[in-house]
Amino acid sequence: MPNIKELEDLTTQVRRDILRMVHKVNSGHPGGSLGCAEFFVCLYKEILNTKPGFDMDGIGEDLFFLSNGHISPVYYSVLARSGYFPIDELNTFRLIDSRLQGHPTTHEGLPGVRIASGSLGQGMSVAIGAAQTKKLNNDAHLIYSLHGDGELQEGQNWEAIMYAAGNKVDNLIATVDLNGQQIDGSTDSVLPMGNLRAKFEAFGWTVLDIEEGNNISAILEGMAKAKSLTGQGKPVCVLLKTVMGNGVDFMMHTHAWHGKAPNDEQLEIGLAQNPETIGDY
Amino acid sequence: MKTYTNTGNKDTRSGFGAGLTELGKSNENVVALCADLTGSLKMDEFQANHPERFFQVGIAEANMMGIAAGMTIGGKIPFTGTFANFSTGRVYDQIRQSIAYSGKNVKICASHAGVTLGEDGATHQILEDIGLMKMLPGMTVINTCDFNQTKAATLAIAEHEGPVYLRFGRPKVPNFTPETQDFQIGKAIQLTEGTDVTIVATGHLVWEALEAAKSLSDSGISSEVINIHTIKPLDKDAILESVKKTGCIVTAEEHNYFGGLGESVARVLSQNHPAPQEFVATMDTFGESGTPAQLMDKYGLNSAAIEKAVKSVLKRK
Repeated sequence: MPNIKELEDLTTQVRRDILRMVHKVNSGHPGGSLGCAEFFVCLYKEILNTKPGFDMDGIGEDLFFLSNGHISPVYYSVLARSGYFPIDELNTFRLIDSRLQGHPTTHEGLPGVRIASGSLGQGMSVAIGAAQTKKLNNDAHLIYSLHGDGELQEGQNWEAIMYAAGNKVDNLIATVDLNGQQIDGSTDSVLPMGNLRAKFEAFGWTVLDIEEGNNISAILEGMAKAKSLTGQGKPVCVLLKTVMGNGVDFMMHTHAWHGKAPNDEQLEIGLAQNPETIGDY
Repeated sequence: MKTYTNTGNKDTRSGFGAGLTELGKSNENVVALCADLTGSLKMDEFQANHPERFFQVGIAEANMMGIAAGMTIGGKIPFTGTFANFSTGRVYDQIRQSIAYSGKNVKICASHAGVTLGEDGATHQILEDIGLMKMLPGMTVINTCDFNQTKAATLAIAEHEGPVYLRFGRPKVPNFTPETQDFQIGKAIQLTEGTDVTIVATGHLVWEALEAAKSLSDSGISSEVINIHTIKPLDKDAILESVKKTGCIVTAEEHNYFGGLGESVARVLSQNHPAPQEFVATMDTFGESGTPAQLMDKYGLNSAAIEKAVKSVLKRK
């Protein structure tokens, strides 16, 4: 049984990492990162079945692809705190000569990352390709991916969504971070996407909702359900309802902190709301 | 002057298809993806032999490039097939981020390049693809000249680790390179020895360059014809060695003179051994409908155009 308290403590620490990383370089994307902190913690601590160490091919383990690469702070924090690279390296986020580029990349050889992302809408196709290679290799492990909701405005996603169902890519669990916000405002005000569940279902996917996407138990339960739905001839979509900026009160429920770092005072407030748990980097 | 025999006109795309068929049998990691142009790309035999390793993506090239990038994770060697226009311009950002920047071992195989696609017209006749692809860090760019060379190149790129753009065409053109050849990526092939002018040609223009050299030889002009099949990395030693001897150069390609082989050669010369150069290429224009021969003539991409360029460049020596 997962220790929920431990996972919550780690999540709090990850929030501190996110705030400190973006504050230090006065840039980066805290809003979506904070909203997905619980998901990443659950993913790397409980959901993914991974091998020790890291190799690019990832044969014999579950793989994860981050499509909305701008939430790199949460990705880096959780990768580091899962042993992929030294936690101290979080100090180098967005600095010259760092492996922790603004958006994730394989180019600098950062363990844990298997594809560059940042230019939006490309990760679903990549995840499908990796899933089909798993099948060719008779590797029963799963492919997980994460996408922003605003990101679904990119047309390539719908090519990929159509393809995955048409080709029965049923070893893929694609999660959409449904926070309803994007750079210019709410997704409904920028480009309404209508009923995403109905859209995915119409394309032939199995869809399930996680209504409380910032609740560890709800995520674990929902993702276990998603896993149980794989291998049935359909790709699986999880609609993960999160709150952008979760855990830092003044950053919540707004698009304002999508790509803006807190100043010194705001950092102090944010950190005070998330007291140190397992230790700062 | 060494002469070459056309063993019969064949299309370069069929050379790709033949190479892919052979790879299907020899390399189980090779997978093929196609965006609804299986027959045009001559991928049908691979598809028939290895249905489990063939992926029909539909008319969705962006998705195809992303899937190909993902398939490399786990050791597959994906060959994507569609027209050159849809292999490059349409999917540039997908190639840039998911393949080139991510260092993925994808082979982007592009048919129907240039004006010789013919009657379909300018929407399908890309003349900018070499430029687009050579600008991507880490991308190898190859433009083959006949059936045999295209087949050999298809086999060779499977052995090369890293992204490759392989460009070939639609029309049946003279097949004159050896049936069995060792294709070395980045290694130019000297076809004739000459002393007055160097003619560096790629793709369909290589045969035209040989025809021009034959005709020029009748006028007492000695041409050194070099087949540059790999535009990146460019065999600069072969080019410099020849130009040091001849003192001038003509580049010939079925591509815009902005961004093509000619510009790559000009850079090598300006940095190492400045010499007069003339460009046989399209002059910053789109193509149009017509037969391949009509278009090659109208856009100055045949042996007559190469001869004219040689006579111009000789006056500047």
